[in-house]
Amino acid sequence: MTISDAAISVRDLRKTYGKFTALDGVTFDIQRGETFALLGPNGAGKSTTIEILEGYRDRTSGEASVLGVDPGIGSLDWKAQLGIVLQSTGESGNVTVREQLAHFAGFYPNPRPVDEVIAAVGLEQKAGTLIRKLSGGQRRRVDVALGIVGNPALLFLDEPTTGFDPESRRQFWELIRSLKREGTTILLTTHYLDEAANLGDRAGIIAGGKLIDIGTIDAIGGADARVPVVRWVERGVVREERTASPSTLVARLVRDNGGAELDTLEVVRPSLEDIYLELVAAYEATAPAIDTHSTESTREQTEEVAK
Amino acid sequence: MTTITIPRLPAGRTLRLGGSRVVNEVRTYFRQGDSVFFTFLFPLVMLTIFSTAFSDQSFGKDAAGDDVTAAAFYLPGMLAAGLLLSGLQNLAVDIANERSDGTLKRLAGTPLPVVSYFIGKIGQVLVTGAAQAVLLLVVARLVFGVALPTDPGGWLTFGWVFVLGVTTSAVLGIALSRVPRTGKSATAVVIPITLVLQFISGVYLSFAQLPDWLQNVASVFPLKWMAQGMRSVFLPENFESAEPGGSWDLAGVALVTGVWLVVGLVVCRMTFRWIRKDS
Repeated sequence: MTISDAAISVRDLRKTYGKFTALDGVTFDIQRGETFALLGPNGAGKSTTIEILEGYRDRTSGEASVLGVDPGIGSLDWKAQLGIVLQSTGESGNVTVREQLAHFAGFYPNPRPVDEVIAAVGLEQKAGTLIRKLSGGQRRRVDVALGIVGNPALLFLDEPTTGFDPESRRQFWELIRSLKREGTTILLTTHYLDEAANLGDRAGIIAGGKLIDIGTIDAIGGADARVPVVRWVERGVVREERTASPSTLVARLVRDNGGAELDTLEVVRPSLEDIYLELVAAYEATAPAIDTHSTESTREQTEEVAK
Repeated sequence: MTTITIPRLPAGRTLRLGGSRVVNEVRTYFRQGDSVFFTFLFPLVMLTIFSTAFSDQSFGKDAAGDDVTAAAFYLPGMLAAGLLLSGLQNLAVDIANERSDGTLKRLAGTPLPVVSYFIGKIGQVLVTGAAQAVLLLVVARLVFGVALPTDPGGWLTFGWVFVLGVTTSAVLGIALSRVPRTGKSATAVVIPITLVLQFISGVYLSFAQLPDWLQNVASVFPLKWMAQGMRSVFLPENFESAEPGGSWDLAGVALVTGVWLVVGLVVCRMTFRWIRKDS
């Protein structure tokens, strides 16, 4: 693939608010048709990154290209190719679900059929209800519906499933998979690591404004982080051992045990969540000590300014 | 090597989407209980209160020697107040709220042209302002027996004062919506401005009875001129002598309101942003 195939291309992206550095030299590419999950703790720079790429914020320095266009000066033609699901919702909502979707569909040159979108987010029963009368999770589904009604080539999802019950989350995953099959490029941020593991082709982990790892979901963290753990109980005590060759270990344990079954034997491969937590913890241990409290409040202020 | 090509949007969509915005805006306006009361029905409520409270008083005599009732005397002022409330007060509060609650941020991420958004807002004000004026006229005529003009010239004047006034008021509302920092503070910032303007511009108090200096202050702002234009249509001809300079001064009405319209458009063009973007 060539560089110009990239739906999103970011080089050494920086963003500072006064003395506070929100993004400190982030570089990555997202290929067309790919689903990329951007992960990281609160305040790490996920939303700053995504909002720069959506054209909502200006970058301090570095290069960014979204569908071949500098997002800082994106035209309406460019916006017609994007679908944006912002992190927060909160409109007064004096329109019904169907009215709102039909209205927004009209902004786009090639929209999806409104009823199809309503069905895709599972709001058929609520199509005629005012948005302000919906529950938080239902309103979030309206946000997602508005993000996809324009039939976007590139979809931004900033923590899309916050407030979803487990069933709606599964349903949402199906929707995203069908969009993937249609070739939609997706940039997703989420706090649910199982969501990233289920939907993402690749993931980037961001902490303290830096991209600390990037790779395919099954390779992120490197081979060392994926070494499985063998866990068993020996004379009432839980024992565990990390090993790259768990079968050999289990065979030895069985032999030592005189061929008898081992009590509560488990072989566990670290989940994306385990790997993620380890990476972030390792980063925080090496990063210069920061007073997290004051960074948080600076962050809130800058958010305020950005709105 | 493939390069990404972005298709061009078809031409002429700005007006079409503007029309679609008007429908959306009018629909949401009437579903918002507080805006319907404080901007749409308020002048009617005030007209009713004044007409009832002062029903046995005379506000002067027309050329034929008949008494001018409270309803007839207050009608032009309430029509002018309606222009101010439907345009300036409504939009300044409405857009500040939309900036605060994320509506504008959402629209900013879509291919909706800013001009279509403006058309939607101004169209909403034209529709609701016209409905409000018709309601005031109908109630004044049917409930309070106010005699309405019978000559086409009077209605022509009403027509241009209404359109110019409501448009100027709408544009100034969009411009003023930048001032409140949050949606919550919007009414606190906007309502004192519109309230003071109504008191000094001859809406609630007879303009002729205000001290000269206050008349001069009010003359800087457009509401005084809109109210004056409305008085020229609805009050008896012999009331003209009570006006400053003894004239309805319709040229002044057009000039001052027109200047505010241009100033408002320039300010909107220079200051309107979908969101407070950092830099």
